[in-house]
Amino acid sequence: MSARSIAADVASGARTAVSVLDEHLARVAARESELNAFNLVTEDTARAQAEAVDAAVAAGTTVGPLAGVPLALKDNMCTRGIPTTCSSRILEGWRPPYDATVVSRLADAGAVFVGKTNLDEFAMGSSTENSAFGPTRNPLDTGRVPGGSSGGSAAAVAADFASLAIGSDTGGSIRQPAAFCGIVGMKPTYGAVSRYGLIAFGSSLDQFGPFAKNVADAAALFDTIAGHDPLDSTSIADYTPNAVDHLDRGVEGLRVGVVRELAGGEGSVEGLSPDVLASTSEAIDALTAAGAHVEEVSVPSATLGLSAYYIVAPAEASSNLARYDGVRYGLRVDAATTGEMNTATRTAGFGAEVKRRIMLGTYALSAGYYDAFYGKALKVRTMMLRDFASVYENFDVLLTPTAPTTAFPFGERSADPMTMYVNDVCTIPSNLTGHPGISVPFGVGDDGLPVGVQVLAPALQDGLTFQVGAVLEAAANAGGAS
Amino acid sequence: MTGAAEKGAAEKMVHEPTLPDEWELVVGLEVHVELATQTKLFCGCANEFSTEPNTNVCPTCLGLPGSLPVMNAKAVEFAMTLGRALGCEVHPSVMARKNYFYPDMAKDFQTTQYDQPTNVDGQLVLADGAVVGIERAHIEEDAGKTTHVGGGGRINDATFSLVDYNRAGVPLVEVVSRPDIRTVEHAKAYVSELRDILLATEVSDAKMEEGSMRVDANVSVRPMGSDELRTRCELKNINSVRSLGRAIEYEARRHIDLYTNGEAPRQETRHWDEEGGRSTRGRSKEDADDYRYFQEPDLVPLAPSAEDVAAIDAAMPVLPAARRARLGELSTVSADVLSTVVERGQDTLALDAIGAGADADKVLTRLQNDVAVDDWSNLTPSALAALVTLETSGDLTATQAKQVLADLIESGGDPAAIAADRGFEAMESNELEDLVDQLIADNPDEWARFTSGDDGDRKKMQGFFTGQIMKATKGQADGRAIAQLLVAKSS
Repeated sequence: MSARSIAADVASGARTAVSVLDEHLARVAARESELNAFNLVTEDTARAQAEAVDAAVAAGTTVGPLAGVPLALKDNMCTRGIPTTCSSRILEGWRPPYDATVVSRLADAGAVFVGKTNLDEFAMGSSTENSAFGPTRNPLDTGRVPGGSSGGSAAAVAADFASLAIGSDTGGSIRQPAAFCGIVGMKPTYGAVSRYGLIAFGSSLDQFGPFAKNVADAAALFDTIAGHDPLDSTSIADYTPNAVDHLDRGVEGLRVGVVRELAGGEGSVEGLSPDVLASTSEAIDALTAAGAHVEEVSVPSATLGLSAYYIVAPAEASSNLARYDGVRYGLRVDAATTGEMNTATRTAGFGAEVKRRIMLGTYALSAGYYDAFYGKALKVRTMMLRDFASVYENFDVLLTPTAPTTAFPFGERSADPMTMYVNDVCTIPSNLTGHPGISVPFGVGDDGLPVGVQVLAPALQDGLTFQVGAVLEAAANAGGAS
Repeated sequence: MTGAAEKGAAEKMVHEPTLPDEWELVVGLEVHVELATQTKLFCGCANEFSTEPNTNVCPTCLGLPGSLPVMNAKAVEFAMTLGRALGCEVHPSVMARKNYFYPDMAKDFQTTQYDQPTNVDGQLVLADGAVVGIERAHIEEDAGKTTHVGGGGRINDATFSLVDYNRAGVPLVEVVSRPDIRTVEHAKAYVSELRDILLATEVSDAKMEEGSMRVDANVSVRPMGSDELRTRCELKNINSVRSLGRAIEYEARRHIDLYTNGEAPRQETRHWDEEGGRSTRGRSKEDADDYRYFQEPDLVPLAPSAEDVAAIDAAMPVLPAARRARLGELSTVSADVLSTVVERGQDTLALDAIGAGADADKVLTRLQNDVAVDDWSNLTPSALAALVTLETSGDLTATQAKQVLADLIESGGDPAAIAADRGFEAMESNELEDLVDQLIADNPDEWARFTSGDDGDRKKMQGFFTGQIMKATKGQADGRAIAQLLVAKSS
């Protein structure tokens, strides 16, 4: 059942928010021990919110657009009084004294918060295997990862623990798990959604975004959370989200570019599996059939994204994560001196991947290395912005696979960071450029698991990603995808 | 102006035992100024001195996970105002992160400006005309305050430490001078002048003792005539202008002693110990942190337009140097008097009184000596002018004028009327002469000592006769007139 139907039923009094919640909690009770989608199920909060919605409906008061819709929050979103861990030991037990702006907006819209979802520690990873609280399993095949870092949010929606979920995307952390779990996930234009209360990983790349079982629900969720926030200086002024308005516009006459370097064409990145590329071709056919002009296009610098990203994101992270020093909150491991306490706390509190990235980033920013690493990565970023801008002069949207493969088995890539990092090769460019992107399920791979197709658009054209996504979704549902 | 020059030289003898002639002092100053904004640099918390610990705090200034900074527009305006007052160019700028661990740094990085500061390339002109270059004046946030308990108050020996984040995120401008300062007196004058500018522009309350203005001194020495820059030490914990002078002098002597003994100072931060009168080693700069500066991704660049800068210039008050110069053109009083009057903000009063016809030097010296009060609002320019004119015309003696002035400050009014109420009437000179003659007749021995004694006797006896006359006239006689009569009668 779609989130919009739930909201309509609850608002009309056809169903109560409490009964909707109970149905979802029953599924949580049945499968959560197997899946580990949540770090915390916030049943008391959810019940109180659901009861408040029901009371408002009974009293004839107007309720919000997401009234009574069960929703899961990634556990890197600050929730007032509710533990927020980033799936890290270093934040275990910390209760933020404030809500993220997105959390406030969702509460105002009447959403019911089912729980805080698991993630790769501090959102660093592509499989949710890097959580200090154990991995999340893919609901479609529990031997496989759900993707990451927002694996818990994707799994929660795929398992119908929640109708909607919020994730964060720094290099693909919404789109790749959406693809792996067969749902819709979207990364907004940088600055479209407030980062206030998003526990930072890579500040210039991070964005909150929606997960849903269909494009229309994702659009409704996007419209609820997007818009200017004076508490976030990088939030775009005067931004009025209108994704829902785009849903029925179709793709007639739209110019779609298929990025050769990210879709198996000439000069393409390696490691894109044939079944994924096959789904991409079918998606091209579907768009063509719907009236779009689809052409292959070259964005040479797109292949440099991965290298630039693995400098920029760790550099920002090394600074963002400095504050976890044992002085003010979270874990403290006592030692003889302040410096030794800092070291002992961080040694015990951070997992291996977080330490790896802090070291990478610290090195990249060091005196004598800055120009060769961080400085160069910024230049690549500028080059990519220029290249994409010139492509968008001739194209409305771009198409690529979301991830090189379908969901992979546990442990397959966790031993070698480089094979794990390559997972993000198609999603990373839009984080570096700040452009929006959506992943929509389109077909299945040889293993029977879902494949995601990614639609990219220029900055501020978030609505276009939903517009094209809706056409792809309709085609897939009509059997246009194998 | 020999008098003033001599006076300056005499002060130098007292306050600045000169360094050996063959060495030259080289000083650059870094002054941290707390801006007088209502709120902190990146959040809405109150920017107030001295409240209960950890009460003016929020997620942002505590650096809690997920919090974000929002730039305080007033702080930027103040920073640009200070920059323009120092003759700087205002440039588009970006905030940067300076990364290092310290318990009172809530985020374990300081948000500051690095390679693109707001203000660059200005100068500060000291009261005596000396010019000190300003390299930059950049915006940054303050840290919290750590109190180390036990173990002598140093972080590594302390039993425990208490951190107060009330000051965390308070807006600062750091004014960095070029190493253009060559004497201790100029270092002190630089700080005084900067303070005057801060007060005039209302950018800061500039209280060194409360820490709203903090001075670090980079000190080195070199052989006289050389233009090299030798190894410098950065002196911290300087809490007053006087302490700045002592600290620089101590440090310069320490360097000279080292060089004289064939050694050399190490580049390091040193802690000034005011009580012990010496500096002690702090962190060595050789093993200093690598701050890994990079652009703050949570804030957008500051890009003031030409119109913004023009608006700052248009709103700029007349600065202390110009105010001193204006008074200086009208008078012959010393630079000290001009500084005092301008520093107290009494220059408009002085100008108006002078404009009303009063003697400029007398107006200024009366203000310096007798209006050293916080509230002089009852004293109008016309009353001051009238009072000074009564004094210069001889209608009031100096002593009487001071008393009337005190009344004017207390409750205002008309000086002539106050003088009349107090019974101050200018004594007719023949009346005074009669009195002097009578005293001479009554005190022949004393008069003999006045007319034919040595200088000491003469001086003592002048005091005796003056005292007697003042006693007889209840202080209303004019001291100068008495002196003139005594001299006239003795020749």
